[in-house]
Amino acid sequence: MTGTAARLLPVAVVIAALAPLYVALVGSLTPDARLFQSVPLVPTPLVWDHYRALFGTRGFWVPLGNSLVVAVATTLLALLLGAPCAYALARLRFRGRAIVLALVLAVSMLPQISVVPPLFLFLRELGLIDTHAGLVLPYLTFAMPLTIWFLVTVFRQVPLEIEEAAMMDGASRLVAFRRIVLPLAAPGLATTALLTFLFSWNEFLFALTFTLGPERHTVPVAIALFRGQYQVPWGEVLAAALVATLPVALVVLVAQRRLVSGLTAGGVKG
Amino acid sequence: MASIQLEHVEKRFGDDVAVRDLSLDIADGELLVVVGPSGSGKSTVLRLIAGLEAPTAGRIRIGGVDVTDTPPQARDLAMVFQHYALYPHMSVRDNLAFGLRMRNVAAETIARRIEDVARSLGLTPLLDRRPGQLSGGERQRVAFGRAVVREPRAFLLDEPLSNLDPRLRGSTRAELALLHQRLGATMVYVTHDQEEAMTLGTRVAVMRDGAIEQVAPPTEVYRRPANCFVAQFVGNPAMNLLPGASWRMAAPQGLETPRSGLTVGIRPQDIALVGPDEGDTAGRVELIEPLGGTALAHVRVDGLPRQLVRVLLADDADIAVGARVGLRPRRDRLHFFNGSSGCRITATDESDGHGSD
Ligand SMILES: Nc1ncnc2c1ncn2[C@@H]1O[C@H](COP(=O)(O)OP(=O)(O)OP(=O)(O)O)[C@@H](O)[C@H]1O
Ligand SMILES: [Mg+2]
Repeated sequence: MTGTAARLLPVAVVIAALAPLYVALVGSLTPDARLFQSVPLVPTPLVWDHYRALFGTRGFWVPLGNSLVVAVATTLLALLLGAPCAYALARLRFRGRAIVLALVLAVSMLPQISVVPPLFLFLRELGLIDTHAGLVLPYLTFAMPLTIWFLVTVFRQVPLEIEEAAMMDGASRLVAFRRIVLPLAAPGLATTALLTFLFSWNEFLFALTFTLGPERHTVPVAIALFRGQYQVPWGEVLAAALVATLPVALVVLVAQRRLVSGLTAGGVKG
Repeated sequence: MASIQLEHVEKRFGDDVAVRDLSLDIADGELLVVVGPSGSGKSTVLRLIAGLEAPTAGRIRIGGVDVTDTPPQARDLAMVFQHYALYPHMSVRDNLAFGLRMRNVAAETIARRIEDVARSLGLTPLLDRRPGQLSGGERQRVAFGRAVVREPRAFLLDEPLSNLDPRLRGSTRAELALLHQRLGATMVYVTHDQEEAMTLGTRVAVMRDGAIEQVAPPTEVYRRPANCFVAQFVGNPAMNLLPGASWRMAAPQGLETPRSGLTVGIRPQDIALVGPDEGDTAGRVELIEPLGGTALAHVRVDGLPRQLVRVLLADDADIAVGARVGLRPRRDRLHFFNGSSGCRITATDESDGHGSD
């Protein structure tokens, strides 16, 4: 009995999670006129109007491209800068390590809205308002603490003995980091990258504040600004939401391949 | 190959002293076994030699050159870790090759050396597997292979056999001894197993609380332990240490009884059980532990209520629990220690007192 329940539970969870997505899919393929009558489970006929409008008159390519550039750049930079930081915090013994770690966490505790005004002044001073860099930079203030905290845990899970073995074998710390630690931490790195990407992809407040015109808007901002004075184009909003989900789904699929567990099996005896 | 010297080396972790004022001279080609109870600082000594820890005081020399401030990768030593520490994401072949590649050895040389080492250690069929696909014993051999293939200046081994089952441990120990003979390499071998120490080492260093209690060839450590600690740590079953006053026997000539009294040490195999009135002292057998062929009797000796004296029985002994027996220790196998310091007291005529065994 419990066995059946245990098997049904994941199915139920998946259905619950996918149901809104399905409704969105159906809605995005239903003409506006029928959208607020009862939406059929299987829309007939399929109408691609919303998508055509989205990429035609709305020019949804632009925010999509912006979001992609900003999210990818944030993720790469956060990993590139965060990984050495996290490694140092995880492995090297130095004075004030605990304090640094606590400070890093403290930064990510600040309510986002409280840093918007000072960041705005900074970015204006640097002439970065309404640029990609002007989004990547503030995103890093949140992405870096996230990355560092995750990666410290990830690196600590790589057995120290393996790293020491590499150093005995003639590898410098840097080489051991690149050739031994990074490959062994790959699943953790992939997970961290995924979370950073998701965070940047979904971010709204900074994107709204630090961009001025539609040519710099990211996806969440663009969708929010779809609404006209008198009506919300729900069909297009749903279509846009689905399109925005696609890159995330792709990233998850790619990352999942790296999330192979048991990669360290056999290196050290448990 | 190279000699290794530690000069007044000290290692503190905060306020804890892991190694205190330790000096040790390891000759070229020697297999020195460092033995001691858990937490005595054996691994720390090895890691200091390796360069994985920096000493808080003292100097370390390898091949006569001061390497105290040299990082591990520049010391050209190989280490075999207790938990193997193989690179899990690489094949066995790449595990063996890693150290050579780091030293920019030519590809053909690497291939040839790997082939040689793999053949001698029986690793050839395993070369394309990952460590996760090997048994514990095979992983251990790969760990040895990774050290041997490098042809380092010295080998450091930290309890390399402790994860193997007893039979495999025995055979691997013999292989290691052969390997040492064949390579003539300097090896420092850490273990908490005194038997391993006695069978493997050309010399044995016994450690306690971060200090070396005695360094000597195994037979010397066994026959002439420097103090009570070494006496009881080395040898199985452990030596009896008894207050000197409890034995009705004359101290040998030339032996000065210290004011703090005398502790007498006698190994269980050096006591003969005789009739209740025939021995130096008598007692009652409280417990008999069979040890395969022989058995170990625990005897409550008259006048020694708080301690049981261990006696190794001859294989044909017919003694039951509860029997009254006399104990006759072999006079020439007695050890005398200072009652308070535990240090060995040497009689002037002791040198001829210890025969071979
Ligand atoms: N990194 C460290 N930080 C703090 N204390 C340490 C560290 N490494 C070792 N110690 C301490 O130093 C002492 C010696 O440790 P060590 O590992 O050398 O013992 P050992 O003889 O190898 O013991 P075992 O047989 O259990 O492996 C111990 O008291 C231990 O707690
Ligand atoms: Mg140890």
